[in-house]
Amino acid sequence: MIQDSGMARHTIMRLVGLIPTLLMLITVAFFLMRVAPGGPFDSEQIVPADIKANLEAKYRLDEPLLQQYFRYLGQVAVFDFGPSIQYKDWTVNELIGQGIPVSLTIGLAAMLLAFFLGTALGISAALRQNTRVDYSLMGIAMLGISIPNFVIAPILILLLAVYAGWLPAGGWDWSVASMVLPVVTLALPVTAYISRLTRGSMIEVMHSNFIRSARAKGLPESVVIRRHALRPALLPVISFLGPATAGMISGSVVIERIFSIPGLGSYFVQGALNRDYTLVMGVVIFYGVLIIVLNFLVDLIYAWLNPKVRYDENR
Amino acid sequence: MTKIVDKLIIDPFEAALGVSDVKGRSPWEDAWHRLLKNRAAVYSAFIMGFMFLMVVFGPMLISWESDFTDWDYTSTPPSIESGHWFGTDSVGRDILVRTLEGGRISLLIGLVATIVSILIGVSYGAIAGYFGGVVDRIMMRVVDITYALPFMFFVILLMVVFGRHIVLIFVAIGAVNWLDMARIVRGQTLSLKNTEFVEAARACGVGDWAIIKRHITPNLLGVVIVYVTLTIPQVILLESFLSFLGLGVQEPMSSWGALIADGAQDMESAPWTLIVPSVFLAVTLYCFNYIGDGLRDALDPKDHL
Repeated sequence: MIQDSGMARHTIMRLVGLIPTLLMLITVAFFLMRVAPGGPFDSEQIVPADIKANLEAKYRLDEPLLQQYFRYLGQVAVFDFGPSIQYKDWTVNELIGQGIPVSLTIGLAAMLLAFFLGTALGISAALRQNTRVDYSLMGIAMLGISIPNFVIAPILILLLAVYAGWLPAGGWDWSVASMVLPVVTLALPVTAYISRLTRGSMIEVMHSNFIRSARAKGLPESVVIRRHALRPALLPVISFLGPATAGMISGSVVIERIFSIPGLGSYFVQGALNRDYTLVMGVVIFYGVLIIVLNFLVDLIYAWLNPKVRYDENR
Repeated sequence: MTKIVDKLIIDPFEAALGVSDVKGRSPWEDAWHRLLKNRAAVYSAFIMGFMFLMVVFGPMLISWESDFTDWDYTSTPPSIESGHWFGTDSVGRDILVRTLEGGRISLLIGLVATIVSILIGVSYGAIAGYFGGVVDRIMMRVVDITYALPFMFFVILLMVVFGRHIVLIFVAIGAVNWLDMARIVRGQTLSLKNTEFVEAARACGVGDWAIIKRHITPNLLGVVIVYVTLTIPQVILLESFLSFLGLGVQEPMSSWGALIADGAQDMESAPWTLIVPSVFLAVTLYCFNYIGDGLRDALDPKDHL
């Protein structure tokens, strides 16, 4: 029972802590956009003054800054990002709604792949510490971390799509074949990082006293690993999942562009290149909220797996 | 009382006073020896040294200009006879020269943006750690809040808002990269203030400035050095990511990311335009990561104790 109340308290504390972060995210994004030299309608073609005034009235750019800010806060609170400036007939919400299913599919698949493959590789390297297997796995992992995915993606397209012809070089039709390359390239750097993390913490755990006790009890090695070593060894990996998500989101921006996938990232880059303020801001805030919420969930899972965190806060 | 007596028995006492007659090896020498034993780090350092020389002096030694369009050899594969050792792109520009000049920009951004982030991070972290108390709590709360924000997107937002100027790239990347440094430096300053060897030095009557000079700064320096080598590749990666998306360095300037983006366009007809800059970028990142790892192992205070 003590444990339960500790957990509830922990959850509430963290939930309250989210508010300033969210506010800061929206505030910074809003004011950055507004201090920009030149408005969104200052393009090459000269717009007559009265038309410009009409446009600014339509997008409510003629109000005092603070009033705009609070209006925007109110809109964002109900997840309404307003109309897009470049795509005239679309709202930012509709654009984001179009991109999400695609991006989410790729991201989720890549995350699962990275988590399971990464931990498996890390554990097998740790159990064979300082052998040839260990060195080669970690050498490959370092390569995976060092080579950015905008380099890996074109090379994989060249090898597997252009030369071998096994997979499509790009595009998206919800078929498994069109998913393989984007998911794999998106997962690679995170897989590499997770495997290094897992190896390090697994080695540390395997040298700890409770593992020695478990062995002394006469448990077979496989049981020692599965029942005793695995959970503490995965703790750092769990806390890495937050940053990993952030990394995957920025990775997906590149991946979607390379494979011409109509996801959220493609809209974002297009918006950034066209200086579509409302769209860019909407996506940044959406990504920000996503990362903050995921970090919060990761935090909870971590506290649930590691009782030390909860007790520390109670003291 | 027993606590202090305990500490006097081991040699931090002598070390703290700096009165030991025996000529020992300094921690820096120890670290240096450890680093030299790490073969991956040493090779990486040599390769990076060579890379710097190539990038700085290479373009002067090669007879092609980076913007010269050789219409006799457009999209030619690497060959010795044509004089374009690493081939040319679709308008006949020499890939090697372009890659080396792009490397200048990439490495320059890596260094400058890292320095910007170190300057902000170290001063912020040191102030928070030194003053402690309420100041520390507020400053670190700000860091915590900012930490959760998606940085990559703020850099892109900055580029969208202020246009794509190279100085802005330095500032934007540096300005979003200082948080880790601030945290590390603050943590180090805090824990160093309360370590046994600082306490021992104080007990022996060593003054504040001497403590800072002899005991705190050298210990901070190690962390900063390690962090610099780990930040440079991150920054280079961030810049090439932006340039790849077309949001970074603009023509006629070029960087590895921009060259890779160009190469990816023609990779079916001219794969070398993709491969050459990719290899340069990957080698650089790989080496920096190994050097950083090696330095961390060599300088990590945990190993000394």
